[in-house]
Amino acid sequence: MPALTRNEVEEIALLARLQVEPDELDRMQHELGAILEYFAALAAVDTEGIPAMTHAVPMDLRLRPDVAEPSLPADLALSGVPRRDGELIVVPSSIAPPGRAGTGQKP
Amino acid sequence: MTEPRELQALLEEWEPVIGLEVHVQLATKSKIFSPSAIEFGASPNSLTDPLVMGMPGTLPVFNQAVLALALKLGVATSSQIRARSRFARKHYFYPDLPKGYQISQFDEPLCENGHLDVITRTGLKRVKLQRIHLEEDAGKTTHVGAASHVDLNRAGVPLVEVVTAPELGSAEEAGEFMRSLHRLVRWLDISEADMDKGQLRCDANVSVRLRGEDRLGVRTELKNINSFRFVEHAIESEIVRQIRIIEGGGRITRETRLWDADRGQSQPMRSKEEANDYRYFPDPDLPPLVVDGPIMGQILRSLSELPSARFERYQRVHGVSLDDARTLVSERALADFFDAAVAAHPSERGGRMIANWILTELLGALHATATSVARSPMLPTTLAALVVLVENGTISGKIGKDVFEESYRTGEAPAAIVERRGLQQLSDPAALWDIINRIVGANPKQAEAFTVGGKDGLFGFFVGQVMKETQGRANPVITSDLLHKRLGR
Amino acid sequence: MTTQFWSVADTARRIAAGEISATQIVETMLARIAAIDGELGAYLAVDGIGARAAAAEIDRQRAVNAILGPLAGVPIALKDVLVTRGLATTAASKILQGWIPPYDAHVVDRLRSAGAIILGKVNCDEFAMGSSTENSAYQPTRNPWDPTRVPGGSSGGSSAAVAAGLCAASLGTDTGGSIRQPAAFCGVVGLKPTYGRVSRWGVVAFASSLDQVGPLTRSVADAALVLQTIAGFDPRDSTSLDTPVPRFTDALTGEVRGLRIGIPQEYFEAMDDEIRAGLTRTVDALVERGATTVDLSLPHTKHALPAYYLVAPAEASSNLARFDGVRYGQRVEAADLLEMYARTRGAGFGPEVKRRIMLGTYALRSGYYDAYYKKAQQVRTLIKRDFDRAFQFCDVILTPTTPTPAFRFGAKTNPVDMYLADVFTLSCNLAGLPGISVPCGLTSEGLPIGAQLLGRPLDEAVLLRAGGVIEAAVGLGERRPAGIGGIA
Repeated sequence: MPALTRNEVEEIALLARLQVEPDELDRMQHELGAILEYFAALAAVDTEGIPAMTHAVPMDLRLRPDVAEPSLPADLALSGVPRRDGELIVVPSSIAPPGRAGTGQKP
Repeated sequence: MTEPRELQALLEEWEPVIGLEVHVQLATKSKIFSPSAIEFGASPNSLTDPLVMGMPGTLPVFNQAVLALALKLGVATSSQIRARSRFARKHYFYPDLPKGYQISQFDEPLCENGHLDVITRTGLKRVKLQRIHLEEDAGKTTHVGAASHVDLNRAGVPLVEVVTAPELGSAEEAGEFMRSLHRLVRWLDISEADMDKGQLRCDANVSVRLRGEDRLGVRTELKNINSFRFVEHAIESEIVRQIRIIEGGGRITRETRLWDADRGQSQPMRSKEEANDYRYFPDPDLPPLVVDGPIMGQILRSLSELPSARFERYQRVHGVSLDDARTLVSERALADFFDAAVAAHPSERGGRMIANWILTELLGALHATATSVARSPMLPTTLAALVVLVENGTISGKIGKDVFEESYRTGEAPAAIVERRGLQQLSDPAALWDIINRIVGANPKQAEAFTVGGKDGLFGFFVGQVMKETQGRANPVITSDLLHKRLGR
Repeated sequence: MTTQFWSVADTARRIAAGEISATQIVETMLARIAAIDGELGAYLAVDGIGARAAAAEIDRQRAVNAILGPLAGVPIALKDVLVTRGLATTAASKILQGWIPPYDAHVVDRLRSAGAIILGKVNCDEFAMGSSTENSAYQPTRNPWDPTRVPGGSSGGSSAAVAAGLCAASLGTDTGGSIRQPAAFCGVVGLKPTYGRVSRWGVVAFASSLDQVGPLTRSVADAALVLQTIAGFDPRDSTSLDTPVPRFTDALTGEVRGLRIGIPQEYFEAMDDEIRAGLTRTVDALVERGATTVDLSLPHTKHALPAYYLVAPAEASSNLARFDGVRYGQRVEAADLLEMYARTRGAGFGPEVKRRIMLGTYALRSGYYDAYYKKAQQVRTLIKRDFDRAFQFCDVILTPTTPTPAFRFGAKTNPVDMYLADVFTLSCNLAGLPGISVPCGLTSEGLPIGAQLLGRPLDEAVLLRAGGVIEAAVGLGERRPAGIGGIA
């Protein structure tokens, strides 16, 4: 596994929505690269036919009965929202979401 | 808008290849992973809880009704049901996606490789389904000037995503598919599927290629199709757009386009990032979903015969016409009514007449009183009994309509009405001959005008007189026969 | 012994017996916190009002001879990744500054039902990511044994508060050793239950498949008591085990005759000499009391660190995606959405958190998923199988908790060096096993040494049993840290 290119670091920062200053980027490229090199050893482990780990004590998904419970009052649910308009959460205008089902929004 | 003739010409040379991704909102009381209620049109952000709000420390717990409803669809589409399926996290950032990821299914979906038998104008067409999987809905974002407003009421509502193979060959087929799927999910009681409420949503993958060509063209994804009308319109528009580009020497860009119903065209979605990596991985908060024998048994027992099967049976066994069969299976209550009426009828072949009476008289009466089939005041057995009376000549068809109206209104049994009002058909030739004789005798001028003067229209006059004399009970066939004899031609 | 260092058991007993009021306990604690926590830095938030009200309520009930819960009046500190209704919860991060949750974690519900008194929220590494509590965005916490040294992490506030008598017990969380390592550094008991034994509802998620809540206490008996209160099935957590909870307090029999203790060679290769000496004393003490040792190998041990540092950051990058400034916490406004996200998260997360999010995002990218995350998950299975095989030959596994005693602030400049501090504790989380760290002596510099015991899934009882014997034989007895607020 190769060390990271500067480009890759920028891509990852974008994917993760993390603003990284140029000097931070340098440091990160270096650090992450070192960490990834360290992990190269895993590639050599023979995992043919080995299942991925799920739970220490194997379990199946538990099912819940379809009963509606009272919701949080809107004021409480929204009490931490940094910017509101009445009962609506307000954010800066968005670019259309990547690959999402149509939601009846104008582009 | 392309002229139909022009489109037809284009389609002789070009083959559209269409695949649909349809999201169906499941009709459960609570959300898929949280116990908050589901309600259309509630005041914003009033149907949330810490989990729906994506607060730290919250965890998903799976709603069993979602499994039951999804399995019904899986079985009804003859899909392979996975005994152990997994939920996966699909990551992207958007204000109405509270956790920054959507819980969906990726490489271990619940259902695969099924099919939907689409009822078209010319019969059944089988459309392959690649998969049906479970996922949660996001909230709603509306753009208001330089800002966006977010309502999370819809976040966490359960969805199934139905993905077809890319084998629909026209916008019309796509429309028919949507209608069949709409009908099926309502039939199975798994969704209200009201497109206006966003309970049924459709994205289309569209490409074109020259007929006879094996390779697929570059496809675009079409979103924001939120009514049945738009399905065909939008897809057609995209087909034409692509053909025009290629014919003009250009190339199709692989992109997502949003349908703008007001402008009648699509626009490419602008996105700052090209990298659209969802970083799927199995959700560690949710162990594998197991479907076992007992669960499947329950589902199988709960299913009634499906629309496509009844569509075939009605034609094959009961002699119903294709168009009538199509109408009968448009709603399960209507098909159930038909089946019950046929069951009450002594012969299997009574189906054709029963269909007729249902589709004309019953639906007419229901519509006039704004009543649903499920609430019809006339029972299937009653309608069957009425049909039998007409079939065996007890009453004429015309009188039958009258009896129908009264029975529908009052609930009185048809036979009782006929008896009480003395509506039995008069079929005794001797009695009819008497009446005919008298009437012809009383109208010598008209008789002569008909017999000698060739005035054909006067036959109807005499039939009318007989009917008047007999309060409409005269058997029309025998009356006609005897009249012809008496009048000499 | 002074009030501040009473055990959980003693405190509960004396309050139930009416020897002291809950209010007196709380006032003593609040006073001590006011006196020394300025220097120690364990608490991020002290809830004087809530604690006094809860204490008054206990005293009211006591006065009318109502039945009190098993932990009635016991003062507890909660790591600030445990969500508390009406009480600020920050996960030691700036991005959650000012967030007042509308709900309680399950374990908090359990404590309250048992009558425990929540004194406040204690410090930790930001989002539980770290091994020294130096990654807290708010303040450093010092090791009460030596204030120039770290208390360990990520539950450093918990271990310091317990060691310094600023609470009777604390709840921490453990994802790669974050209860056990700080417990070792601070000379207290720290227990990580089997994965699924304690509900994660209301625990700010770091790595969902590894996180567990557990007690930090001054005695093994206290750990059993607290574990008893918080363990058990919770329908709000789909990974919560629906298995019966044994009476953990019954486990402390003091008996280890016939107990087979596994000694894995891979854990005894590289460590501080004094740590090695401490472990040797521990083994000898157990053998003297009738236990036997079994040499074993856990061959995939060397892969635990890379596997952990792929799985944990990957899951963390996913769990931290919800911190976006939209619905709660801090927001940095901007003209467009993408900038708002980037600036909010850029300003709100510290460097270690950002590093792990980047690492995790990388590991999950399509094209890399198979080679990284999926591979690491497969290696986890191999590590678990090592343990399954080992437990055929032994009943409990003994290792050092850490390769060195508490290090000095700023000593680990290289992230990989910091990660290596967890090398003995990680496998336990990867395999989902229960683990405990019990003090087994002091170094010549007066720094605590921890011995770690690992058990089969759901066998916390053997950890408590053997841990109790270690504590009695080679533990710290009545020795208290003199570094800060030294009190006899």
